[in-house]
Amino acid sequence: VQFGAFQHSCSNKIYLLLVRSVSVDLNNDASLVIDIPDALCERDKVKFTVHTKTTLSSFQKPEFSVPRQHEEFIWLHDTIVETEEYAGLIIPPAPPKPDFEGPREKMHKLGEGESSMTKEEYAKMKQELEAEYLAVFKKTVQVHEVFLQRFSSHPIFRKDRNFQIFLEYDQDLSVRRKNAKEMFGGFFKNMVKSADEVLISGVKEVDEFFEQEKTFLLDYSSKIKDATAKAEKMTRSHKNVADDYNHISGALNSTAADNNTAFKKHLEKYAEVFEKLRKLEDRVASDQELKLTELLRYYTRDIQAAKDLLYRRARALADNENSNKALDKARLKGKDIAQAEENQKQCLQKFDKLSESGKKELTSFKARRVVAFRKNLIEMTELEIKHAKVRRLKCCVYHYMFTRQCSGSHGKPGNLREF
Amino acid sequence: ISSSSNGPKAEPMLLDHDPDDLFAEATEEVSLDSPERQMILSDGPSPAITPVTINPRADVFDLSFVSHENRDTFDIQISVSDPEKVGDGMNAYMAYKVTTKTSLSIFSRDEVCVKRRFSDFLGLHSKLASKYMHIGYIVPPAPEKSIVGQRLGRRSSAVTELDPDAKACLCCRYLLRTVKQPALLKDPDVLQFLESSELPRAVSTQALSGAGILRMVNKAADAVNKMTIKMNESDAWFEEKQQQFENLDVQLRKLHASVESLVFHRKELSVNTASFAKSAAMLGNSEDHTALSRALSQLAEVEEKIDQLHQDQACADFYLISELLGDYVRLITAVKGVFDQRMKTWAKCQDAQVMLQRKREAEAKLQHANKPDKLQQAKDEIREWEGKVQQGERDFEQISKNIRREVGRFEKDRVKDFRVVIIKYLESLVHTQQQLIKYWEAFLPEAKAIA
Repeated sequence: VQFGAFQHSCSNKIYLLLVRSVSVDLNNDASLVIDIPDALCERDKVKFTVHTKTTLSSFQKPEFSVPRQHEEFIWLHDTIVETEEYAGLIIPPAPPKPDFEGPREKMHKLGEGESSMTKEEYAKMKQELEAEYLAVFKKTVQVHEVFLQRFSSHPIFRKDRNFQIFLEYDQDLSVRRKNAKEMFGGFFKNMVKSADEVLISGVKEVDEFFEQEKTFLLDYSSKIKDATAKAEKMTRSHKNVADDYNHISGALNSTAADNNTAFKKHLEKYAEVFEKLRKLEDRVASDQELKLTELLRYYTRDIQAAKDLLYRRARALADNENSNKALDKARLKGKDIAQAEENQKQCLQKFDKLSESGKKELTSFKARRVVAFRKNLIEMTELEIKHAKVRRLKCCVYHYMFTRQCSGSHGKPGNLREF
Repeated sequence: ISSSSNGPKAEPMLLDHDPDDLFAEATEEVSLDSPERQMILSDGPSPAITPVTINPRADVFDLSFVSHENRDTFDIQISVSDPEKVGDGMNAYMAYKVTTKTSLSIFSRDEVCVKRRFSDFLGLHSKLASKYMHIGYIVPPAPEKSIVGQRLGRRSSAVTELDPDAKACLCCRYLLRTVKQPALLKDPDVLQFLESSELPRAVSTQALSGAGILRMVNKAADAVNKMTIKMNESDAWFEEKQQQFENLDVQLRKLHASVESLVFHRKELSVNTASFAKSAAMLGNSEDHTALSRALSQLAEVEEKIDQLHQDQACADFYLISELLGDYVRLITAVKGVFDQRMKTWAKCQDAQVMLQRKREAEAKLQHANKPDKLQQAKDEIREWEGKVQQGERDFEQISKNIRREVGRFEKDRVKDFRVVIIKYLESLVHTQQQLIKYWEAFLPEAKAIA
């Protein structure tokens, strides 16, 4: 069930959108269920309500909620990334920052042009603005919610102390924020940059499984990036078409306003048709974005996280090779052999651990990806069919109305409702 | 000077009963049992609409102007088709087949087929404009041979020459508009155009082009602007209508620009959909899970088909709505032109009055001089100018009467024209949605089959 409510006060603040989203597959385990039932948007800041229901004894209460801002989600992500133990796991990608630039611009225009607009125009623009906010909201809540559910559904992550703090601690986490970001933010970026190079030209792979995964992930990564970009363009075109319908409707209304002949009523009806077309086109565009474009965006990030895992393992492999060489050298020289042996043992352990854990992660990653694609493709298709049927019906109704219409009289609205 | 013999009429304007008006009894009512209605809606709970192929073939669109007229009194069907290249090299041109089917008695045959080239259409328009515009008839604008490309943000307004099929469509619409007008239908030039196998070559195509006519219209407008004495409009109807047409001109242009934007973005949507389809196919190839890979390839196929739908829809957007608006923008120019012609006529009448006054003064002066032959000449000139003034007044009355009737007809026609186009457009949309439903319903099991 999804619904939204919107208020706009004159002091330029937007208050809350109540969005309850349904993400089924990551909430299968009833022992720890997380969702974001609502969020509040105030100027730049979004406050998500993170709601937890759990039967685990490690938590103080069985059900509780805390407000969290986007930055706190990033803190959680960075903290997990830095945790050495998790090197062999795919770290769920950080959710992107909520982007309200589009609607914010529109609100600005609304505020500026308020005096020059008619009451109807103002009301209409306000409605469009609300719809845009709602769309952005849905997206950002969904992606933040999925982020948390990745942790809660993972056997190792769900036990993480920082994750628990994130869920439970009812004060602001900002105290810890800066350190983590400052220390590791830039460094992490550099790591990611050279990751591909290491993967491609790295040490010789000994394991067939990882060799295949590497080839697959490198190729898939570029393809899904491309598909995301193309999907974005497609969605934007839909929005442009919807915009054009909007302008056409407005122009028809203006023409009708100046007219005092029989033509006037016709023009107003045509304006109504185009307004309906606009609404439907908008809905198609936003559903396509939510189900298709967002899916592709998410998995582009997730593929990157998988590549990062491969990278860490490749580093461990290189370290392992180096430690072997160092041991041989030490034996040759007859110096520091024990130290070199210890180092080699640790590197091998680390590498083995990463390989074992990595294999499991990458296998379940594929399963997860397939499930997500399946769900979203089905939902997208069902929505497309639904919208097409609604559009067909509406066009039929108008068609019927116009073909029945004699000059001067109108079709009976009562009949149309039955139709 | 009184500007009109008719008083202002209440809207909507009914046609004056004019014995020359063949369409006095034409009604717009489409009976519920009329055949095209049945074709459109079936009895089932989800109405099925016969798919309308949206391509710019003229015969698809000529029906739009005929089928909604009462068949008994307006029975003429025109189609422009089969463009074919005639001749070689520099002198080569496109010839179009113009077919007229009619039972009207003014035509010598029931069905006649002639070959015409594009400049012939322009020639016809030029002749009609020069004959009828100055007496207040709204002459349909000539078909354009090129369109100024989408005037949008980044796109430069390049002039695109239309392809032969598109031109055929525009020529057909031009002819239909022309024959819908009672006075023009009877015009010998129109009859000759439709019927005679040989037509004298229209010369000097520059003068005949849309731009040439525009220049003629502008000359009238200039004449009006240069009038030293502004016409004292005692008839509020003309003042009101003129203002309305000024406003309508501005608004239709804006509307037209919005529709051109729609066409542009729809084409862009088509391109982006095709591009996404390719990308999805590549992603499907890269995907190592078999069932998902298959589904992605199928998604790519669906998107490719949808791309085609978008292209078809863009065609409908253009050929139905954009062109209708383009036509009307040009028609409004013609309407404004006849209003200007009326002013010009008034000015001529005024000039004649001034001249008459001068001649009378001259005669009065000569009364006291003693020049009998000059006096006679003056008296003759007075008679001459009295005649001119009377003729001028008659002309002015006639053009005013014609304009009132023409504007009434125009206002009635536009309701019909727009409605017909919207109906066809809705049909095209329904067709598109039917196809979309079909494609996505075929894809759904594929998506569900991902295991």
